[in-house]
Amino acid sequence: MVDSRNIIELEDVVVKFVGDSGDGMQLTGTLFSEAAAESGNDLATFPDFPAEIRAPHNTVAGVSGFQVHLGQKKIYTSGDFCDVLVAMNPASLKANLKWAKPGGTLVVDSSTFDQKAIEKAGYTTNPLQDGSLSIYNIIQAPITLLTQECLRDHKIDKKSAVRTKNMFVLGMVFFLFNKSLESTLGYIDKKFKGKPEIKEANKAALIAGYNYSETMEAVNITFRVGPSNLEKGFYRNVTGNVATAWGLLAAAERSGRPLFLGSYPITPATEILMELSLHKSLGAKVFQAEDEIAGICSAIGASFAGSFAVTTTSGPGLSLKSEAIGLAVIAELPLVIVNVQRAGPSTGMPTKSEQSDLMQALFGRNGECPAVVMAASSPVDCFYSAYLASKISLEHMTPVILLTDGYLGFGSELFRIPDVNNLPEIKPPLATPNDPGYKPYRRNPVSLAREWAFPGMEGLRHRIGGLEKTNVDGLVSTDPKNHQLMVNLRAEKVNKIADYIPLQQIEGEETGDLLVVGWGGTKGALISAVQNMQQEGKKISLAHFSHIMPLPKNTEEVFGKFKKIVVCELNMGQFVNYLRMTMPQFKYLQYNKVQGLPFHVQELTEVFNKMLEE
Amino acid sequence: MLKDKRIQVSPTELTKEDFVSDQMVKWCPGCGAHAILAAVENVFPKIGYRKENFAFVSGIGCSSRFPYYVNTYGFHGIHGRANAIASGVKIANPDLSVWIATGDGDSMAIGGNHLIHIVRRNIDVNILLFNNQIYGLTKGQFSPTTPMGEVTKTSPHGTIEHPFITAGLIMGAQGTFFARAIDNNVKLMTEVMYEAAKHDGTSVVEILQNCIIFAENAHTHIANRETKEDVQLFLKHGEPMIFGKNRNKGIILKGTGLGVVTIGEGGITEKDILVHDQYSKDPAIHRMLGRMMQPVFPVAMGVIRSAPYLTYDDLHEEQINNARKTAKIQSVNDLLRSGEVWEIK
Repeated sequence: MVDSRNIIELEDVVVKFVGDSGDGMQLTGTLFSEAAAESGNDLATFPDFPAEIRAPHNTVAGVSGFQVHLGQKKIYTSGDFCDVLVAMNPASLKANLKWAKPGGTLVVDSSTFDQKAIEKAGYTTNPLQDGSLSIYNIIQAPITLLTQECLRDHKIDKKSAVRTKNMFVLGMVFFLFNKSLESTLGYIDKKFKGKPEIKEANKAALIAGYNYSETMEAVNITFRVGPSNLEKGFYRNVTGNVATAWGLLAAAERSGRPLFLGSYPITPATEILMELSLHKSLGAKVFQAEDEIAGICSAIGASFAGSFAVTTTSGPGLSLKSEAIGLAVIAELPLVIVNVQRAGPSTGMPTKSEQSDLMQALFGRNGECPAVVMAASSPVDCFYSAYLASKISLEHMTPVILLTDGYLGFGSELFRIPDVNNLPEIKPPLATPNDPGYKPYRRNPVSLAREWAFPGMEGLRHRIGGLEKTNVDGLVSTDPKNHQLMVNLRAEKVNKIADYIPLQQIEGEETGDLLVVGWGGTKGALISAVQNMQQEGKKISLAHFSHIMPLPKNTEEVFGKFKKIVVCELNMGQFVNYLRMTMPQFKYLQYNKVQGLPFHVQELTEVFNKMLEE
Repeated sequence: MLKDKRIQVSPTELTKEDFVSDQMVKWCPGCGAHAILAAVENVFPKIGYRKENFAFVSGIGCSSRFPYYVNTYGFHGIHGRANAIASGVKIANPDLSVWIATGDGDSMAIGGNHLIHIVRRNIDVNILLFNNQIYGLTKGQFSPTTPMGEVTKTSPHGTIEHPFITAGLIMGAQGTFFARAIDNNVKLMTEVMYEAAKHDGTSVVEILQNCIIFAENAHTHIANRETKEDVQLFLKHGEPMIFGKNRNKGIILKGTGLGVVTIGEGGITEKDILVHDQYSKDPAIHRMLGRMMQPVFPVAMGVIRSAPYLTYDDLHEEQINNARKTAKIQSVNDLLRSGEVWEIK
C-alpha cells in the first residue's frame, strides 16, 4: 500500500482508549495491545475503570479506560501522559483530557457530542467547536453513525450495530499506527464462533474503520513504532494478578505440595481467586470462604494438613487476618499471604493503588510476631515473586506476606514464558514417618526451620497451636525463659532468611550523588526516571527492594556509597521510617505521594534534579 | 468398626489406651469435659480408623484445650475459628476423620459465622459443641446460650438477650446432622458420637455440659438422675417417641406443633405416638423436636436429624477428578503456553 502521508517513527507511544463503561474499551485496548505485541513491540498496559459496575450513562463517573504504552525500547510503565487519546463520548474526553500530551492526537466520536451528553459531561459548550482543543491534533469522526451505516446490510439490530463501534474505532487506530488487522480478525472469528451475524458485523466494522481512516483527510500523519529488541522465545501478555496465581501454581507443582487457597472476594485481589478457581486440573483446591478470617484460617488448617496454603486479600482484609497470621507464626506453618494493596484507610479507594500497607505487613499483629515481607515490582515480577515467596515459606516454615498492588494486579506487560522446570527447586522440610526422634519444634540447626509432619503420617502424632510451646518438645508452656527463647528463635529464623535471598542489586553505578530507593510496584517509574537522568550524565542510581523483611545482607554497604539517599513511596513514608529504625546511621530524604495515582516519570525527574542541586 | 469410602481403617484393633494422651488434664475437678473426653476415648477405637487419620481441631475456651488431652493429631486454634480451620483440614485431606471441640461462646458468639457456614456447606466433620451456657475460661460471663434473665458477672441485673437454641440454629443453617447428649451419660455420648462419625456431612453434637464453677445447675433440671426419665426423651430411629418413668408419655402432632400425651388417657394408644425418622430430609419435625424445652416438653436426646445430603468435600474431589481427566492443561508449563502466545525468533 502506497501512502503519501507522513509516517512518524516513534521510540515509544502511549495510547489511551476511553468511553462509557459498556462501550467495550477494555476489549478494544486489549486487542490493540495484543496486535502490537505480536508485531514485536514491548508494552505495558493499565485499565482504569470505575468502582461501580455500570455508573450512569454518559457521566464522568461512568468513564472506563484502557491505557497502553508500547515501544521499540524496553517499556517499564503504562506511561504518564498519552500521545493518542481515543474518546468515545464527551464525559470520557472531559475526564481524560488532562492526561493527553499537549500537541497529542485526539480521536473523537463526534456523533456522541449532542447537547444533552455535552451538558451531562459538565461542559457548557461543545469542546469540538469552541476552540478549547486547538492545541491538539483532532481526528473527529461520527463513529457511531458510520458504524451503523457500514452495517446497514447486516442482519443485526440497531443496538448490536451500535455496540460494534469499538471495532470501528479500533480499525481507525490500527491505520493510525500502521498495524495489521490480521490478529484481531482472527480473534473475532474465535470469539463469535457460534454467532455468525455478530462475527461478520464486528469484522465489517473493524475493516470499515481502517478504510475510513485511510480515505479521511484529517488523518494526515501516521505513526510507526518499530519492533523491540526482545529476547528470543515464546511470549504472552499477563496481568499481575494472573501472574501471581501462576507463580503460586508453579510453586505447588515444584514443591510437590498440593495448593490450597482460602480466600474471600475483595477488590483488587479477586482475580487471583478467580484465576486459581479455573485450575482444578492442576489439583488446586480453592475455597471461597465466608469471610477474610475464614479464608486465612482454612488456609492454616490446610497447611497443618500438609498443603501449600495461600490466602489472598487487599488492605482491609489483611487487617482482618492479623490475628490468624500470628497463629501461623507461632505454629510455624508455611503460609503465603498475598496483599494486593489499595488506597486506604478503611474502604478508601478500592480501585486505586497505594503502598500504604507496609507497616501493617511488618508489624500489624499482637505480640512479637515476625513474618517475612516481600514485594513484587512489575506484573511479570508477580510471577517470580509469588514463586520465591512460596519457596521461602515452604522451606523455612514461616508465613510470608507478599505485597503487590492494584496497579500491578490490573496492569499487564509482556511475559517471556519460562520453563517451570528451570525455576529453583523447592524442598519443604518434611518429617520422616515413624522417626522416633520427631519433636514438633525440633529445628534445622542452620535455618532454624522446624520439620513438617501432618495428619495421616505414621508415628508422628502431635499437637500444636496458638499457645506458647516449649522449644523442641512442643508442650504448652508459660516458662519465662522458654518464652524468651521462642521469641528469639522465631525472629532469628526470619532474619536468617537473608542468607537465602539475593543481594540487593543496583541499577546504575555503585557509587554516586543520589541513590533512589524504592520498593514494590513503583519500579517502572523509578527506573525510567533514573535511566533518563543517567543518560544526561547525572550520578544517580536505583536500589529497588523486593525483600523488606529481612532486608538483603548488603543493604548497608549499598547505602554507604552514595552522598544522598531518597526513598520514594506511594505512602507517607513507611519504608523510609523502617529504614531509619533499622539503619539509623544514614540520612534519608523522602518523596511521597498518596493520591491513588502512580508516580509519573516527569515528576520524579524534577524531584531528583532538585535534590541533586540542593 | 465404621467403613468410610476414603478413611483408612486401622490394621490392628485399637483400644482406649491408643488415644490417651500423656498430658495432665487441667479441667476443674467435676467439670463435664472429663466425661466428654472419656466418651471420645471410648468411641475412637470403636470407629476403628487408623489412629493417624484422626485430627482434632479446637478454638479457644475450656472446651478447646481438648486436643491436648487426646492422642491424635491436634490443632489448637484461635477464638471462634475452629470450624474455619477444620474446614481447611478436611478439604485439604478428605482422608482424615476431623473432629472439632468447641463451646457455646467459641462457636455461637465469636465464631458464629463459621459455624453456620460449615454446616451449610455440609463439610464432613464432627463438631462436639460443649454447651455450658457460660464463658468459663474468662470466669463467668454470659454466653449466647445463657437463659434470659440469668445473673452473671457481666449481667448483674440479669441478661436481656434471647438465647440461641442450638438445634434451631443448626437446622436453620440447613444442618444435616444434629444430636444432643448430656455430660452425665457417657453411654449416650458414645452412641451419638459414633452416629456422628457415621454421618456423611457436618455432624453437630450438642453436649449439655456442666460448668461446676460458673454455671453449676444450668442443666440440673434435665440431668437429675431421679427425674431424668420424665424430662428427657431418648430418640431412636424407627421407634415411637415415648418417655417417662412409667413409659406412658409420648409426643404427638397437635395442630401445627407437638404435644405431650399420656398413653391410656383420652383414648390415646401407642399407635398415636410419633415415630422418629432421623433420616427424613424434611426438617419440620426435627426442628420441633430440637426446640422442645422444659417445663412443657421433655428435652430430646440422641440423634434428632441425620439427613442424607451430598457433602462439600465429595463434590469438590469429584470436580477435581473430572478436571484432571478431561482438561487439556495438565501442568503449569501447559498453562503458561495456553491462550494467546507468540514466538519472537
